[in-house]
Amino acid sequence: MSWDWQVFCEDTMERVAVQGCDITYLDWMLSAWGWTVSVSLLSLLLALLLGALIGTLRTLPDRPLVVKLGTAWVELFRNIPLLVQIFLWYHVVPSMFPAMKAVPGFVLVVLALGFFTSARIAEQVRSGIETLPRGQRYAGMAMGFTTFQTYRYVLLPMAFRIIVPPLTSEAMNIFKNSSVAFAVSVAELTMFAMQAQEETSRGIEVYLGVTTLYIISAFAINRIMAFIEKRARVPGFIVAGGGH
Amino acid sequence: MKKQVLAFSIAILAASGAFAQANNTLAKIKASGSVTLGVRESSGLGYTLGNGKYVGFHTEMGERVLADIQKQLGLAKLDIKYQPVTSQNRIPLVTNGTVDLECGSTTNNAARQKDVAFAVTTYVEEVRIAVKANSGIQSIKDLNGKSVATTTGTTSVQTLRKHERAGGIDFKEVYGKDHADSFLLLETGRADAFVMDGSILAGNISKSKNPADFKIVGEVLSVEPIACMLRKDDPAFKKAVDDSIKRQIADGSLAKLYDRWFMQPIPPTNTKVGLPLSEATKAAWANPNDKPMEDYAKK
Repeated sequence: MSWDWQVFCEDTMERVAVQGCDITYLDWMLSAWGWTVSVSLLSLLLALLLGALIGTLRTLPDRPLVVKLGTAWVELFRNIPLLVQIFLWYHVVPSMFPAMKAVPGFVLVVLALGFFTSARIAEQVRSGIETLPRGQRYAGMAMGFTTFQTYRYVLLPMAFRIIVPPLTSEAMNIFKNSSVAFAVSVAELTMFAMQAQEETSRGIEVYLGVTTLYIISAFAINRIMAFIEKRARVPGFIVAGGGH
Repeated sequence: MKKQVLAFSIAILAASGAFAQANNTLAKIKASGSVTLGVRESSGLGYTLGNGKYVGFHTEMGERVLADIQKQLGLAKLDIKYQPVTSQNRIPLVTNGTVDLECGSTTNNAARQKDVAFAVTTYVEEVRIAVKANSGIQSIKDLNGKSVATTTGTTSVQTLRKHERAGGIDFKEVYGKDHADSFLLLETGRADAFVMDGSILAGNISKSKNPADFKIVGEVLSVEPIACMLRKDDPAFKKAVDDSIKRQIADGSLAKLYDRWFMQPIPPTNTKVGLPLSEATKAAWANPNDKPMEDYAKK
């Protein structure tokens, strides 16, 4: 997958880049922002899906093997520094499995960042589920629900509401962590900052611009999560500011 | 109380003294008996051996310049402080007075001349292409459709971009986070070529597992004069530095120094870089000048 953000510079008839729309540092910074947002959102999606799955598996009753697998996943991905994981994906995995050589760096970063964050989200999901009073699970069983139904209709809806605040932090963290992608040649904001300040010798301006974009991205995610938290709130259950 | 007043007035004196000498580095050196030399930690022209020991062609040349300045000022003892610098902080450190003379691998270009001054050019860097010896790539045209590695935060990225747009060739750039990383991209086959300063390519090849597997090919993509950097608007200090460098060129000691760092085994691994003195560097030594990079491109 090689994206070309310069498509916006092409004219619509001949699809050639228009004069005067030659790539400026501003264009480059916005394109870099696009990469940062793409890496972050895709990783976040992967992390949420995997994290929810692994976290749930870790709380299953009477399935010691599955729980152990989940624990192994979490400990593996949260005990290795993120940058090291990125290099493992980029340099080590392809040398063990030659088929992985064809996979672009962008996908590898999404995998690395997604798996790393999935371990953290899994822990939050598990703690969310374990926070619920034991009676909730019993209630599901008393209704004659299967294990799947108990999780789907009773445990997970409440657990997810509890863990929205730490999930917000994770979602914001993923934006900041996406800066490691520069190490494997993804043209995102941090790489732009390092490169542009070298070329222009205007480091302060460049870093201020990049910082602003990081703040905007992280704050946007923060607001979206706050909105979700508000909309999904169940009256009488963990009311914000109200207590129990 | 008295002590504090004394300390305070000394501090004030020192501060105002520093102000007065803002652009008179020679007076500052004479008054303080010390000088700060900006050095690089991992570059072809200057690097560290650890434990605060800095070596390399430009590092040693800088030390000799300072020794000449010590003689000129008639100082019995000159304390040289070493300040490692990076591409990101070297210009601010020189302009704010932390570093008096920076001898690393700074390209003299017009944009930087607005902020700082440069001594006469002592090394002319040529941006070249390193490839695997068996790849069959001979010049930049052969790179069409190939992936090319270079290092984030270097001027080579810009050079590559210019050649790509001007030459109508299309290649996929991959960026290493440092030179060792970029070389690894070439070594593992993720990139077909590594475009970078010749001295860095030669250094990385000499340190690789099997140096015979790699070679430097093709035309010179860009020529960059590398020089020691000092504060702007300080003609006396610039003259002292330039005179010392010219003396080193004239009496052949700079050529000997070059031979020692590029043609002989060097620490820490005692391998040879094996990069003979280029024609462009010889020309710069024959006619010492402080022309920026842009003047080289015009030729």
